[in-house]
Amino acid sequence: MSDTLNLTLKVWRQASPSAPGEFKTYKVYDISTHMSFLEMLDVLNEDLISKGEEPIAFDHDCREGICGSCSLMINGQAHGPDRTTTTCQLHMRRFRSGDMIVIEPWRARAFPVIRDLVVDRSAFDRIMTAGGYVSVNTGNAVDGNAVLVPKQNADKAFASATCIGCGACVAACKNASAMLFVSAKVSQFALLPQGQPERSQRVEAMVAKMDEEGFGGCTNTNECEAACPAGITVDNIARLNREYIRATLTAE
Amino acid sequence: MTTEAKPVLDGRIPAGPMADKWELCQRELKLVAPTNKRKYDIIVVGTGLAGGSAAASLAELGYNVKAFCFQDSARRAHSIAAQGGINAAKNYQNDGDSVWRLFYDTIKGGDFRSREANVYRLAQLSANIIDQCVAQGVPFAREYGGVLANRTFGGVQVSRTFYARGQTGQQLLLGAYSALMRQVNLGKVKMFPRREMLDLVVVDGVARGIICRNLVNGQIETYAAHAVLLCTGGYGNAYYLSTNAKGCNVTAAWRAYKRGAMFANPCYTQIHPTCIPVTGEYQSKLTLMSESLRNDGRVWVPLKADDTRSPEQIPEAERDYYLERRYPSYGNMAPRDVASRAAKERCDAGFGVGSSKQAVYLDFTAAIQRDGESTVRAKYGNLFDMYQKITAEDPYKSPMRIYPAIHYTMGGLWVDYYLQSNVPGLFVLGEANFSDHGANRLGASALMQGLADGYFVVPNTVADHLATRKLTPVSTDHPEFRRCQEETTNRIKKLLSISGKRTVESFHRALGKILWEYCGMSRSAKGLEVAIQKIRGLRTEFWQDVRVLGASNNFNQDLEHAGRVADFLEFGEVLAQDALTRNESCGGHFREEYQTKDNDTLRDDQNFQHVAAWEYAGENAPAVRRTEPLEFTEVKPTQRSYK
Repeated sequence: MSDTLNLTLKVWRQASPSAPGEFKTYKVYDISTHMSFLEMLDVLNEDLISKGEEPIAFDHDCREGICGSCSLMINGQAHGPDRTTTTCQLHMRRFRSGDMIVIEPWRARAFPVIRDLVVDRSAFDRIMTAGGYVSVNTGNAVDGNAVLVPKQNADKAFASATCIGCGACVAACKNASAMLFVSAKVSQFALLPQGQPERSQRVEAMVAKMDEEGFGGCTNTNECEAACPAGITVDNIARLNREYIRATLTAE
Repeated sequence: MTTEAKPVLDGRIPAGPMADKWELCQRELKLVAPTNKRKYDIIVVGTGLAGGSAAASLAELGYNVKAFCFQDSARRAHSIAAQGGINAAKNYQNDGDSVWRLFYDTIKGGDFRSREANVYRLAQLSANIIDQCVAQGVPFAREYGGVLANRTFGGVQVSRTFYARGQTGQQLLLGAYSALMRQVNLGKVKMFPRREMLDLVVVDGVARGIICRNLVNGQIETYAAHAVLLCTGGYGNAYYLSTNAKGCNVTAAWRAYKRGAMFANPCYTQIHPTCIPVTGEYQSKLTLMSESLRNDGRVWVPLKADDTRSPEQIPEAERDYYLERRYPSYGNMAPRDVASRAAKERCDAGFGVGSSKQAVYLDFTAAIQRDGESTVRAKYGNLFDMYQKITAEDPYKSPMRIYPAIHYTMGGLWVDYYLQSNVPGLFVLGEANFSDHGANRLGASALMQGLADGYFVVPNTVADHLATRKLTPVSTDHPEFRRCQEETTNRIKKLLSISGKRTVESFHRALGKILWEYCGMSRSAKGLEVAIQKIRGLRTEFWQDVRVLGASNNFNQDLEHAGRVADFLEFGEVLAQDALTRNESCGGHFREEYQTKDNDTLRDDQNFQHVAAWEYAGENAPAVRRTEPLEFTEVKPTQRSYK
């Protein structure tokens, strides 16, 4: 395998939320296979700046797969071809010299484009604002070991809580549904004793907000799970549905 | 040249026995009545552990909070990337832990360069943090009986670290973020994401607001308040390559410095021993492999220099487990500064491994044989996956290659015991302040400090500021706001107008190389003088030859970066100046001229048992070095020993 790649990139460029966007084609040469995908874009951007062309805007921050800032549809796949891998952790050794790579922003009505590959994901924050918490003020806590949590539940709650809020589930879904995102938070709290007092109102409020923000419904195609870089499973959606039914069909 | 100035700084440490200071202090603090709290506006800049917890807690109390972050969501602050855990003196393991021992370990770990009273309070509050986070539904690791699990971190001999696999920072931050979102829902916090603070507004000597750039539309916005909290993290990205997120920067702290807040101990930078080594020029950041891995991983290099065999081919007898050899009682759990220097020493002596020879092995073979792969996977699975993604090597099969990298900065804006800077009304929390870690931070203590500051300290001390100072109403129409707004606008115009040849990125990389070479793991007076000259030259070149494209009135990441690098170029000089002036070695500040025969730090308590705080003296004047003497009443400063 050669250690460097020459690639053709088709990148979505859009100057502002209201401006029409278009694909532009760029060539990059001598890309090391050890580079991350975003480092490859850094190289392209350096080159664009030296040519006097504005660099491609893309969200990124931690570059270690945990902050959830980076996004990108890469050849039609959210975060690219590798399972449970964010774009920032995707490495160029995954590609071959001569490849054409199509790079687009997340596309969903609830995630409008801000510029180029950057979208507005504040709808996720608003869903969290509707109920993604335990209502406990600072200073009210009892001793950490006063409430025992069976290890199995703690581990399951943790697995759900590892959602990084990147939006890949929405981007991958043909309905642009946010069910995986919402279900992860609902599951975390449904599995823990701390989440019980607000269990019903939480799921109702978060689902209502999700609908209001313009996300689509879930039709069980499971693309979200395949795209999720944090490994959130569709079991969470099943639990969300159970929680929602329980909340809406049972009397308090 | 720098000027030594008097009088010395007063940390306003409360009187009384060490164990009672915080309680006595709280007794004296003035309160704001519940019905009056809604009359006060508080600005919180940054939404990591410190900012998120402070903003939520202040809003719960009834204040009107405005919270700002440059990321697109408050949930993305770099606290999220903290891996290993958070310390607390719970003594759940019955292994002899106590508040005093956590206090002592932290003071010793910091090489006796932190303020005793702050550290003691931190240790006292540590237990409350765990309780608070559990109540929020943070899914800490548990034992089968349902109780919380613990592990060990470097520089200590007890198990007091609480964790959520290798994602503790993520879980704690999401806890603070959820508390914050709850307050947004209740209307007590207004969130301002994608905003970058570009100036501090000081009116009549009191911090009264900030200037921000709206990163989406480029507008320069002004916000007034009765108190300003900076929770803006550390300055590790001055070195370009670090474990920080790409957006981490010194700008908010540096702008506050230029408005009069003092910058303390900038030379105390932490170089973390276990990071994935650099592979090429294009490298944009370095990735940490959690210190918790040293619980089960053994660090070694070949006994023979320039050994080119693969690690599997090197028999046990031909390996040098140098940490276990040099520090038998702490072994692989030696503190970060000690472990980093030991790695550098071995590599410099020709024993490094990998193609660059700038790496050592972190080997899990023994742990996998002892506990089985599934146990190791359960503890560190995400870290091993991350390593494999980056290097394409399987750490379950062959040892990780690691090398030290810039990770955390102990220095920061100077604050007193109340976490208030020398500018009244300006509070500084978390990594952005200098207060608790001295010259070296112990693992799993950053999360503890950020949350102690935000949940428990500042909500009390801000009230005292609001209740005791007669604050006149100030709106953003005040001339000082106009002046700062104009200066910010002009600075942005200047950056866009230079139209030079060099990219912002290339300047940042060049600065990073200077700092890493002359002000990294090992420093000397001669080298630091060279560094200062080089930084000055680079700064001049920046303002003549940088190329920033695009406009000021839209989303422009290159412009954002340019402003941050411009500030790093000023800050870097003060960092080097501080390192040059501190003629001793302590913790992460290692001056080659001052070392023991074993290559350990040699402090000079006679002349340097103090905090050095730098005061801005004007654009072309040297910064003024002020000091706060450190007094030790509970522990006696000694030569640290981890042998």
